[in-house]
Amino acid sequence: MNHPKELKYTREHEWVRDNGDGTVTVGITDFAQSELGDIVFVEIDKLGESVEKNSAFGTVEAVKTVSELFMPVSGEIQKWNESLEDEPELINNDPYDKGWMITIKMSDSSELNDLLTAEDYEQIIA
Amino acid sequence: MMKRTALFEIHRSLNAKLVDFSGFEMPVQYKSIRDEHLAVRHHAGLFDVSHMGEVLLKGERSREVLQELTVNDVWSLKPGKAQYTVMCREHGGIVDDLLIYCLSEMEFMLVINASNIEKDFNWILEVNDGRAEISNISDEIALIALQGPRSTEILSKITDDKPGDIPAFEFRSMQISEYENVLVSATGYTGEKGYELYCNIRHINVCNLWENIMAAGEEFGITPCGLGARDTLRLEAGLALYGNDITEETTPLEGRLGWLVKWDKGDFIGKESLLKQKKEGVKRKLFGLEMEEKKRIPRAGYPILNSKKEEAGTVTSGGLSVILNKGIAMGYLPADMKVGDEVFICIRDKAFPCKIVKLPFYNRKS
Repeated sequence: MNHPKELKYTREHEWVRDNGDGTVTVGITDFAQSELGDIVFVEIDKLGESVEKNSAFGTVEAVKTVSELFMPVSGEIQKWNESLEDEPELINNDPYDKGWMITIKMSDSSELNDLLTAEDYEQIIA
Repeated sequence: MMKRTALFEIHRSLNAKLVDFSGFEMPVQYKSIRDEHLAVRHHAGLFDVSHMGEVLLKGERSREVLQELTVNDVWSLKPGKAQYTVMCREHGGIVDDLLIYCLSEMEFMLVINASNIEKDFNWILEVNDGRAEISNISDEIALIALQGPRSTEILSKITDDKPGDIPAFEFRSMQISEYENVLVSATGYTGEKGYELYCNIRHINVCNLWENIMAAGEEFGITPCGLGARDTLRLEAGLALYGNDITEETTPLEGRLGWLVKWDKGDFIGKESLLKQKKEGVKRKLFGLEMEEKKRIPRAGYPILNSKKEEAGTVTSGGLSVILNKGIAMGYLPADMKVGDEVFICIRDKAFPCKIVKLPFYNRKS
């Protein structure tokens, strides 16, 4: 299982990349995609809206199950990865790069400090 | 401590994703449910379904007991044949669905759902009331399902017998690779041609048998398949799952299993209630539903709304049809609804249109 050191993580199995300009990119972890199995559909409900940390912003449907997606930090959802519309399997194949889900313009960048390191996250899923 | 089947080491060596299924540590998938599903539709898949329960009935009065216990006609069942049936309570609710194998005139094997082994066994003992000799042999029997269009070719490579000559719902005792007395049954739960191999683990090394079948199937594209694919395949084939689509609260008449009930076979448990329901007409029936919009996936428990968007039922099984590439479901709806009717399924508080369709969702070509 691959969990890059330069990313931050949540207990809800999301990864967060600090883009250094007040925005973050968010996706689900390698562990999460592996647990979900074949992903068939991603829906982002709150595009363009400001959403609180820990609130649901969308869902991911796999063949076997459905799972909600939660905001790792508060802020406005600026973009979503439109390639996922036709190729949701990008999340299975490349969860940290082509399988990214949304970008958030953070309302409070200090929330980044509450996120988990790769090491912490790997302990949670061990 | 979860129970493990005799094939557990195989699952571990294949790195299967394991889940608790009715107290058994079972593979839900090996690599991908979608790939496993497609392998069964186009080539072949190999499943460990040893969690299923087996109960043996022996003695002169076995048929008489089974005739009371189940709704189908056991008198017509000849040695070498298997019969799909259900057992009901007095009120008509389904205790379980099962296969009865007629091993000889006086010996029958009942194959029951893993989740119901204890409940069924107690119920069978109660109905039996000392007439037949009954034993729960679930722990001795491993069950391997080989399913898919290439399954006959694969099995034929490792036996001198002719599995392809076994008619549907019949079985033969065969030598498969070096193992004698494998009960080879032309049955399955995928909607595809295939076999189920009952193996007594005291005489048969099932891990070795599994590997021999995999080796024989390699050139035909055989894939190990988990319970995830088993579920998506059976749903596509419109086959009911006990605990979801049929329960103690539903009758065979409501659950599209009325064809199993043989009214003129004499008395059986539940007959009175079922006759009454038949005369009065069922109020609800199990229907098949297909989502209009692609990618909307109905799941068990989601509400079904009628055309006026009033709640009319609940999804009992749902998921993605890998073959149709759309969401499909089964659920109970008022019996006066019909194929072609437009209804809705609520997915996370939004109503999405779907249509009542004829079951099964998928029919195999040959």
